[in-house]
Amino acid sequence: MSLDNTTVRNIAFLARIDVPEAELPGLADELSAILGFVEQLGEVDTKGVEPMTSVTEMALRWREDAITDGGQQDKVLANAPDAVEGYFTVPKVVE
Amino acid sequence: MSKLTDLTITQAREGLTKGDFTARELTQAHIDAMEAHRGLNAFITETPDRALEQADAADVAIKSGDAGAMAGVPIGMKDLFCTEGVLTTAASHILDGFTPPYESTVSANLKKAGAVTLGKTNLDEFAMGSSNETSYYGPVKNPWKKQGDDADMVPGGSSGGSAAAVAGRLAIAATGTDTGGSIRQPAAFTGIVGLKPTYGRCSRYGIVAFASSLDQAGPMTRTVRDAAIMLGAMAGFDPKDSTSANVPVPDFEAALTGDIRGKTVGIPAEYRPDGLNAEVQAVWDKGVQMLKDAGATVVDISLPHTKYALPTYYIVAPAEASSNLARYDGVRFGLRVTDGVRSLDDMYMKTRGEGFGKEVRRRVLIGTYALSAGYYDAYYLKAQKVRTLIAQDFKKAFETCDVILTPTAPSAAFPVGAEVDDPITMYLNDVFTVPTSLAGLPGLSVPVDLDKDGLPMGLQLIGRPFDEETVLQVGDVMEKAAGFTHKPASVGA
Amino acid sequence: MSYVIQGETGDWEVVIGLEVHAQVISEAKLFSGASTKFGAEPNDQVSFVDAGFPGMLPVINEKAVEQAVRTGLGLKAQINHRSVFARKNYFYADLPQGYQISQYELPIVGHGTIILDMPDGSTREVGIERLHLEQDAGKSMHDQHPAKTFVDLNRSGVALMEIVSKPDMRTPEEAGAYLRKLRAILRYLGTCDGNMEEGSMRCDVNVSVRRPDEGFRTRCEIKNVNSVRFVMQAIEYEAKRHVEVYESGGKIEQETRLFDPSKGETRSLRTKENAHDYRYFPDPDLLPLEFDDAFVDGIRATLPELPDEKKQRFISDYGLSPYDATVLVFDKESAAYFEQVAEGRDGKAAANWVTTNLFGALNKLGKDIGESPVSAKQLGQLIDLISDGTLSGRLAKEVFEIMIETGDDPAKIVDERGMKQVTDTGAIEKAVDEVIAANPDKVAEVQGGKEKLLGWFTGQVMKATQGKANPQAVNDVLKKKILG
Ligand SMILES: [Mg+2]
Ligand SMILES: [Zn+2]
Repeated sequence: MSLDNTTVRNIAFLARIDVPEAELPGLADELSAILGFVEQLGEVDTKGVEPMTSVTEMALRWREDAITDGGQQDKVLANAPDAVEGYFTVPKVVE
Repeated sequence: MSKLTDLTITQAREGLTKGDFTARELTQAHIDAMEAHRGLNAFITETPDRALEQADAADVAIKSGDAGAMAGVPIGMKDLFCTEGVLTTAASHILDGFTPPYESTVSANLKKAGAVTLGKTNLDEFAMGSSNETSYYGPVKNPWKKQGDDADMVPGGSSGGSAAAVAGRLAIAATGTDTGGSIRQPAAFTGIVGLKPTYGRCSRYGIVAFASSLDQAGPMTRTVRDAAIMLGAMAGFDPKDSTSANVPVPDFEAALTGDIRGKTVGIPAEYRPDGLNAEVQAVWDKGVQMLKDAGATVVDISLPHTKYALPTYYIVAPAEASSNLARYDGVRFGLRVTDGVRSLDDMYMKTRGEGFGKEVRRRVLIGTYALSAGYYDAYYLKAQKVRTLIAQDFKKAFETCDVILTPTAPSAAFPVGAEVDDPITMYLNDVFTVPTSLAGLPGLSVPVDLDKDGLPMGLQLIGRPFDEETVLQVGDVMEKAAGFTHKPASVGA
Repeated sequence: MSYVIQGETGDWEVVIGLEVHAQVISEAKLFSGASTKFGAEPNDQVSFVDAGFPGMLPVINEKAVEQAVRTGLGLKAQINHRSVFARKNYFYADLPQGYQISQYELPIVGHGTIILDMPDGSTREVGIERLHLEQDAGKSMHDQHPAKTFVDLNRSGVALMEIVSKPDMRTPEEAGAYLRKLRAILRYLGTCDGNMEEGSMRCDVNVSVRRPDEGFRTRCEIKNVNSVRFVMQAIEYEAKRHVEVYESGGKIEQETRLFDPSKGETRSLRTKENAHDYRYFPDPDLLPLEFDDAFVDGIRATLPELPDEKKQRFISDYGLSPYDATVLVFDKESAAYFEQVAEGRDGKAAANWVTTNLFGALNKLGKDIGESPVSAKQLGQLIDLISDGTLSGRLAKEVFEIMIETGDDPAKIVDERGMKQVTDTGAIEKAVDEVIAANPDKVAEVQGGKEKLLGWFTGQVMKATQGKANPQAVNDVLKKKILG
């Protein structure tokens, strides 16, 4: 599988990573090489094989329904690049 | 008495208990070493004041006789563990200034055991790398150099800072995390011991996630015994991690009986591909002979899907990473780029474009692609099916052996800059460690010999799930037989 | 009931499917120990898990699992003993992890059924496609600052059940009935409070139109409509829009739309080209969710009687009409109130008093049954006063009005205000005699064969006794005295 610049640009948008135009061709080559490497998986017969969901053979543990966390607005906001009146902020979103 | 910075955990424990030296003295000696060897770039953040406070507390505990297993032992903490009140970066620009208001379970466990944390060690950005060259804070240098060559060598990665700190005598031990080999490969490259425990043995709570189904914390030490002691302090069931295993933590040190007669060691044919480095082969053969001499039975085994482990890994890990790293968006912590930003998407794009380095970007994009509409089945689902087959290979192999012996890495350390431009060559570094990770099994790297250039080489022991005891037991015997006492150039005689 | 849009080129049928997000009633969030309570300071009920901090991991709340299974049982649905949590990946300001933990391929609950009670008393079945558990997002506020959107994560991580119907509805009324019925079931079960205004129940509406007997056409999804009325309005508008587009030769694009209640219109939010690629995959931080039959049976054993069963019982045990039964079982409290009133009394009379008089009065007061000034016990006492002849129907209505105003017991009102019905023949005869004496000409008319006038006499006697005379007794006395 060889990726073109447009595809890389689209993936980069999906991942919300700005890639300078000049870097697209090089990146496309690198990603194509990795995908090419990965394509050997096609050789493996996986008919009837369950995909792995977890390497540990355990079931999900449940916790009790109790309030054990929260009440820490200061700590939650302490690392925020921009917090106003108890809120996180982002550039205005128009809906 | 040897230099304080040359002590193992076992020796330090003894000296502290006997009162030969205090934890403060021991810690100060390591702080001095840490400062003297800043050229290695092993630490991103040094916390000497905290370390001395912890040392004083350890001295009190030791005097009162209720010291933990790691009391007064100065360690390095990989900067992937969130540490309350101490900058935590994952070696990424995107976590600029992030000071967690919480502590990871493993670092908390170590603290509880009395360990003294010298600082946060360097790593590949978000633990993605095999040479510690992707760090935003610059590459770590291996304390080892080729004989008669002054070129800087890589320490391996991603736990390269921890490996360099332990090998270079800046810390007695250090924490690592291993997703595809990130404890074992750097351990081999720096001539120390590194143990990736069974998936679920150590809590992942508070460790910056790379690939959730693979990430596992483990000890990096100078002896197998130290690894056993430190693992005991790190491990344990944690209700805050849904993948943490509710199994008892055995006394790992007690497993080191020195007697492996009757144990069966499997040698996988598939780890002997055409073109395997002859020196690697020679060290492996040597290891086989040492275990035979110690009374173990050696059998040939087959792990038929070994070849597909790397391609599987390079889908599964990036896919999980692409999702795990979505939270670095400039909203709640870390870097936020505002210059010329006109919209929310703009802010995301610029922040993440600037905040992530090239390798992280590569993996996030591969992972995004592998999960995207129309490609999921061909890549992600296929990889998870192959992963099932890889795990089954091991399960079957362990019907005929107790432990598996392989090389840890396909080569010794390489020069800084030698492989950075070719991702796939770089990925091949993990060819022997990745299958174990995919199967969630414990893997231990033990230094065995030097290559012709005088660089350390290690062998890997792989065990059954939650059978770190056997792995450590066999590793301890191999370590003694190998008698690896070499020291890196940076340490001097 | 058929709902057809008559276009210029012929008839069109509407196809409706609903996705309801119902907030699970629980103390703490789905994957963290932070509180779910409404109305806290911004970003206060937030754990580091809810805020998507590095290294934070989800641990599931057992209550959410129970509630989902409970709801599945209430919807007569298939319960899946093994389900898988998946990540739905997209970037948004109020989605801190960059993904929502939801369920995709293997939801906790599969196919089920809801029976709609239509206003004409008929019923209709709508299929449930699935119910899955997922996390709520935080809240973005766009009107607090000229250049910034504010983000509050208090809701982030609250457990939701997404309940997806099959595209089985054909009229806005059916959609309304579906939502009301679903809400009733959730409230009976105690798994969601069903409050659409506070957002604890939100609805996405899928609408398409088609010619009768053709396959499905392209649908549009209208996001987050927050009342039953708006859902019905949005469907009506959207269906008409589709018809207009088709009839003018256009094409409907699959897209996500928003409903603007002030204009009664829907508008495009994002088109298919801009649709998200959610890149679902099993969440590696969580293992598959598994439970056994015993767990499900334990929940089944604690299920309350649900609206459909209650309705059937009311019809068979109390002889109610399907309509009255439907109205009474609409919420648990009304049904319980009714049963207390009906206990040991005539069911139909009790139903009549509750659905007509009580509901009418509460409606006027803007109160719900829990706030009724008249208790079920008091209403029962009132009915008893009718059956023992103390009150006439007319008097009873007057007493009831006073009960609504004062909250007093009916006996007290009757006593204090002397509202007792007069059955004493002496007093009635006296009143009858007076009326006869005052109207000799009318008496003659009755005696001349115009017996219909007797009713007029009854009215006069009732008036003279301030309505307290027993009308039957008055009639008897009148007949005897005038006709002999
Ligand atoms: Mg939906
Ligand atoms: Zn949903």
